[in-house]
Amino acid sequence: MNILRDVLKPIGKGLRITLRHFLEPKDTVFYPEERKEQFPRTRWRHVLLRYENGLERCIGCSLCAGACPVRCIYVEAAENTDTERYSPGERYAKRYEINLLRCIYCGYCQDACPTGAIVLREDYELADYTRDAFIATKEMLLEPLPVRDEVAEVAR
Amino acid sequence: MEKRVQEIVLRDSATPAIPNLEMGGNVLLTRLDEIVNWARRNSIFPLTFGLACCAIEMMSTAAARFDIARFGMEVFRASPRQADLMIVAGRVSKKMAPVLRQIYDQMPSPKWVVSMGACASCGGIFNNYAIVQGVDQIVPVDVYVPGCPPSPDALIYALIKLQQKIRTQRLGMLLELPTRPSPAIEQGDKTPALESHASG
Ligand code: SF4
Ligand code: SF4
Ligand code: SF4
Repeated sequence: MNILRDVLKPIGKGLRITLRHFLEPKDTVFYPEERKEQFPRTRWRHVLLRYENGLERCIGCSLCAGACPVRCIYVEAAENTDTERYSPGERYAKRYEINLLRCIYCGYCQDACPTGAIVLREDYELADYTRDAFIATKEMLLEPLPVRDEVAEVAR
Repeated sequence: MEKRVQEIVLRDSATPAIPNLEMGGNVLLTRLDEIVNWARRNSIFPLTFGLACCAIEMMSTAAARFDIARFGMEVFRASPRQADLMIVAGRVSKKMAPVLRQIYDQMPSPKWVVSMGACASCGGIFNNYAIVQGVDQIVPVDVYVPGCPPSPDALIYALIKLQQKIRTQRLGMLLELPTRPSPAIEQGDKTPALESHASG
């Protein structure tokens, strides 16, 4: 047996591969400090959108609740009146709750919504200590009211 | 079997609330707490407990791209005797439930449980007779991770939350398991504690 040819050379060959990978650029995402790039169609936590004038897009039709495969959406509709108007249509969602723990982030609700009110965005940092913390109410899901231009200018 | 599970729920379901560290504490033990917790939270050995599809994401969390070795958690132990953390990754069937509880009992204290994914946390899409509707019916869960499956960064976020929780735990608190009775029993409600968790 030739020590050099049969033992040392193969070991050297193997270690060369190790060395090559050692010197390559690393793939690790240092998560809390940096985030990996999210794809444009990533589906995570829901957001209820508004129109530009501040009215809610949701009309309380419960189609999202019907489309949801795990039935984790609860919608309670109420009539809009002229003094209390939340959405342009006849009705609005008085209560809108999603159980974020049971949700499987499939995006069916987004597909079912006729007004494009509910969308899934890329906020994935949802873990929590209790199960109650995952019931997202309408207030938590609605995007904030748009600031009017003149108000924004004053603030600036 | 049913009675035993119910007793366990009564004793365990109240996970220790997070005490406010700034509110002071035991003068003698405070510094020691900090050192012990520092050691504990930076060397968590998870148990290999992948039950379904979520386990794939748990594996990729341990792999090079997300690399929980950065938090000292890369040593997935095959034996519960050497593990500190049980990441329940996947759906727990009713037949698996006693096994899961036994493995939890075999882990040495202090031990933590992360319920990963919609299925382990509350049943997810499997709202049926075969799947336990939330692993917190059998073991006390410290952190719940939603998602189907949670992406590796979501799991790492949960593990960081667990580290924060460990940071606020006290030495004494882990020895005295809380014996708070379940609210359902207090109000004279006849529904067993198990049922009250099943919805939602
Ligand atoms: S993403 Fe899917 S599971 Fe989640 S609320 Fe929408 S329809 Fe239901
Ligand atoms: S979010 Fe869309 S589908 Fe759901 S109730 Fe509102 S308008 Fe209907
Ligand atoms: S939550 Fe989704 S990915 Fe995880 S075990 Fe259940 S079905 Fe599989």
